Amino acid sequence: MTGTEKVLLTVEGLTKAYPGVVANSNVSFRIMEGEVHSLLGENGAGKSTLVKMIYGLVRPDTGRMTLRGQVYEPSAPKAARAAGVAMVFQHFSLFEALNVAENVALGMENPPKQSELSQRIRQVSEAYGLPLDPARLVGDLSAGERQRVEIIRCLLQDPKLLIMDEPTSVLTPQEVEILFKTLRQLSAEGTAILYISHKLEEIRALCDEATVLRRGKVVDTCQPREKSARELAEMMVGETLTPPERSGKAPGPVALDVSGLSARSPNPFGTALQNIHLTVQRGEILGIAGVAGNGQDELLLALSGEIRTAKDAVKIDGKGVGDLGPNERRAVGLVSAPEERLGHAAAPDMSLTENALLSGAVRKELTSRGFIDWAKTRTFAAGIVKEFDVRTPGIGTAARALSGGNLQKFVIGRELSQDPSVIVVNQPTWGVDAAAAASIRQALIDRASGGAAVVVISQDLDELLEIADRFAALNGGRLSAPRPTQGLTVDEIGLMMGGAHGMEVAHVHP
Amino acid sequence: MDLSAINPLVLIASLMVSATPILLAAIGELVVEKSGVLNLGVEGMMIVGAICGFATAVETGSPLLGFIAAAAGSALLSLIFAVLTQFLLANQVATGLALTLFGLGFSAMLGQGYVGLKPPSTPTLHIPVLSDLPVVGTMLFSHDLMVYVSLALVAAVWATLKYTRVGLILRAVGENHDAAHALGYKVIRIRILAIMFGGACAGLGGAYLSLVRVPQWTEGMTAGAGWIALAIVVFGSWKPWRVLLGAYLFGGISVLQLNLQAAGLKVPVQYLSMSPYLITILVLVIMSANRSRAALSAPASLGRSFHASH
Repeated sequence: MTGTEKVLLTVEGLTKAYPGVVANSNVSFRIMEGEVHSLLGENGAGKSTLVKMIYGLVRPDTGRMTLRGQVYEPSAPKAARAAGVAMVFQHFSLFEALNVAENVALGMENPPKQSELSQRIRQVSEAYGLPLDPARLVGDLSAGERQRVEIIRCLLQDPKLLIMDEPTSVLTPQEVEILFKTLRQLSAEGTAILYISHKLEEIRALCDEATVLRRGKVVDTCQPREKSARELAEMMVGETLTPPERSGKAPGPVALDVSGLSARSPNPFGTALQNIHLTVQRGEILGIAGVAGNGQDELLLALSGEIRTAKDAVKIDGKGVGDLGPNERRAVGLVSAPEERLGHAAAPDMSLTENALLSGAVRKELTSRGFIDWAKTRTFAAGIVKEFDVRTPGIGTAARALSGGNLQKFVIGRELSQDPSVIVVNQPTWGVDAAAAASIRQALIDRASGGAAVVVISQDLDELLEIADRFAALNGGRLSAPRPTQGLTVDEIGLMMGGAHGMEVAHVHP
Repeated sequence: MDLSAINPLVLIASLMVSATPILLAAIGELVVEKSGVLNLGVEGMMIVGAICGFATAVETGSPLLGFIAAAAGSALLSLIFAVLTQFLLANQVATGLALTLFGLGFSAMLGQGYVGLKPPSTPTLHIPVLSDLPVVGTMLFSHDLMVYVSLALVAAVWATLKYTRVGLILRAVGENHDAAHALGYKVIRIRILAIMFGGACAGLGGAYLSLVRVPQWTEGMTAGAGWIALAIVVFGSWKPWRVLLGAYLFGGISVLQLNLQAAGLKVPVQYLSMSPYLITILVLVIMSANRSRAALSAPASLGRSFHASH
């Protein structure tokens, strides 16, 4: 930042309430031209609602905004784009069946002809070190390349303010470095960046200013470079955090043995698993990292039994189960919790009791001769709610009505309460607040100490480094050889995850 | 059996007439499905179009006004579907089925006074030079206006989807309605317009049945044409030219099997009657056998309700 800075955007007293929840309450802050400003806060702190108001997707109830001194009241994203505000979304707003140029055209007000647009995409992508072929289908691109499409879509409109909502959650550390170079170049050219993330080290590395939100209110502002990650986290959560405790016990015999596992994906844009080998001992946690879409979902399906394979590709306690379905595998001792809470791990419109029954029936013997033992099921469900501190009005509440974090605690709790010998979870703390995430991690560690073999698939590297004993990475459906977590550096992990996925490293400002 | 009784010239000419109702309904449904909406009410919209067109043509004496009324009537009917599924978020499959049942009953009621009447005949176009060509002239260029309208519609839909911004937005809405909404496109408005276009096309198809193909009004006269149009859209991988191929294949085999029956082919009639359905679907399934590419052209949001959460 230079001394000649000017105020770009001011936000004063913005308030937005939804039925039952105040998403933003009297939020004020300002952004200078060329500044990289961070919005910091947990899930549900109101960051997304706030940026949606700035981008014109949501209208504030009260409050006002100014952009370069003018009153700024975008009624639609169109108006925001016209005023020079562009946004890169958390969940990509891309169309997989369309090509890069078509995707870019959809985000512009008056796109030029396809041939001319392709030319401009090439120019901009080269100027910012983000090579991209305009004719490729977005469905065939890696996560890092998809994000380039979004960024280039924004850059073609020459924005004054670029909003980025959790941009790095799907990138490898190397890809993050390329992105940061681009963002620093933009900032040097005078474009302000509003950067939303809960990854504290990234914010410390990139951002000039930070506004901290908690439960919809601004609780603090700071210069992130002068704070430690721990201090930032405590500002965000509002309480002191305790890292999970590990037991130092030596692992027992091998409980899960996967050898030569290959499987096609049930999803047309999915990734096939290729010749996966892994073993997990009792008392051990194996962490599996990887950028989204590199076979995580498929690996969970193949382990849980939703995809069936050769009998001996998956063995539990030495018994081949590769050809068995989920309930038969549960009977042998393997439980699993997929990433998607609503619709995959839990039936949204069924009560917690019914959801407990769906997965627990086999191991907890909740049925007899085809009839449901409701008393026993209710006891089981109530036990989960109590032990895992699930905040719910009761066990008769529909799964859909629970917040993401509470439902996640219920889903994980339901599986862990079945006295399993093998546990497989995908993204156990995705979208869960810090306190709930800590309790879920502690529960996984406790089950491992209790003699279960645990596989944690996650995109959160910090989480894996915190709880896993050994670490492997999925890349293009192949699994790297597992390595002990201790002594691993972030660079090494990045290389295991596929480095920059063959994307050229940026060649800006040599 | 006397195959010489089958005249290939007449066969091709009547193939085009026979395929046009299905082609019209299918190209309309293709646009609806490309926008991400599954409207199973094609059959109901067709038959309502058939009676609206028939009644208007009989009352005014103008087949052209009949076709316009058919398009308007079915578009209005499709608006019921649009309101139920887009605003009230009703299930699209159930609503579409209900629309078919409603259309069948409603058309029977409207048509009570029109059974047994004869509609004014729709004139065939005389295109200078082309219609006078030997062989090709009688085969391809001696039809009524609607045959050419249906072909022009196929070309227009293909070009619009492929080359224009409107087409791109329509495909985007059908592919990922959440992303389209996030970019500021009016998902619901676009879908309603697509649904009404589909309704109008189905109405034209129905009116073609009652005014040209049959031509008279009987209850339930569409006899499954709407369903075969739906099947052709899916098995034609949502591609306009394949839909044309499917419709003409179906029309062609329908006409051929009638001719074969007349020629006394020694095959049970039932097999001949089912052959258009079997062969059309078989051919289109084989053409779209490449799963990955077929999946690509299927609109990813097809049949899913859209509700802007924030």
